[in-house]
Amino acid sequence: MNQEIKKIIEEKINSSTVFLFMKGTPENPQCGFSAQVVGILNDLGIEFASFDVLSDENIRQGIKEYANWPTIPQLYINGKFIGGCDIVRELAASGELMELVTQ
Amino acid sequence: MLNRIRQKLEAAFPGAKVQVADTSAGHETHNSSGAHLAVSITYQGFAGKSLVEQHQMVYDALKEEMKEQVHALKIKTRTE
Repeated sequence: MNQEIKKIIEEKINSSTVFLFMKGTPENPQCGFSAQVVGILNDLGIEFASFDVLSDENIRQGIKEYANWPTIPQLYINGKFIGGCDIVRELAASGELMELVTQ
Repeated sequence: MLNRIRQKLEAAFPGAKVQVADTSAGHETHNSSGAHLAVSITYQGFAGKSLVEQHQMVYDALKEEMKEQVHALKIKTRTE
């Protein structure tokens, strides 16, 4: 993939322990799945940084390739891709999400 | 489309138990095209793989469909 885009993506996911690529903003999500992940993180009191992929088409396409994952939202913890909405919900329910954050 | 998706998943995951449901109802006002689907797959081959890897395998099997026809795919994978 485009090295410049890759660099921007890596800078973002390394800018915060927990980073979320989403549609819209945490205050105003533009997709139900992004809203669900924001809700889960907020409920668990997990602080996170985010990026609105609707604001940048290159990033939007780039992260699909970067994570080999075709959908948004995408959650990263400690620079590692954790999953989309379904996986985040499963990990939150099992307690593993909290473990990943506090590691 | 549901049948074709089930066939693709059954071909990709031999011996798996596959369920596909259309959950588009309730998303009509959503500003996008494409179906909302939910798939549930029980497949022994998922054993030892992370959730991300399991879901990537599902997305790979439906690569073509994910491009246009499917807007959202809810995935539930199990090994048994």
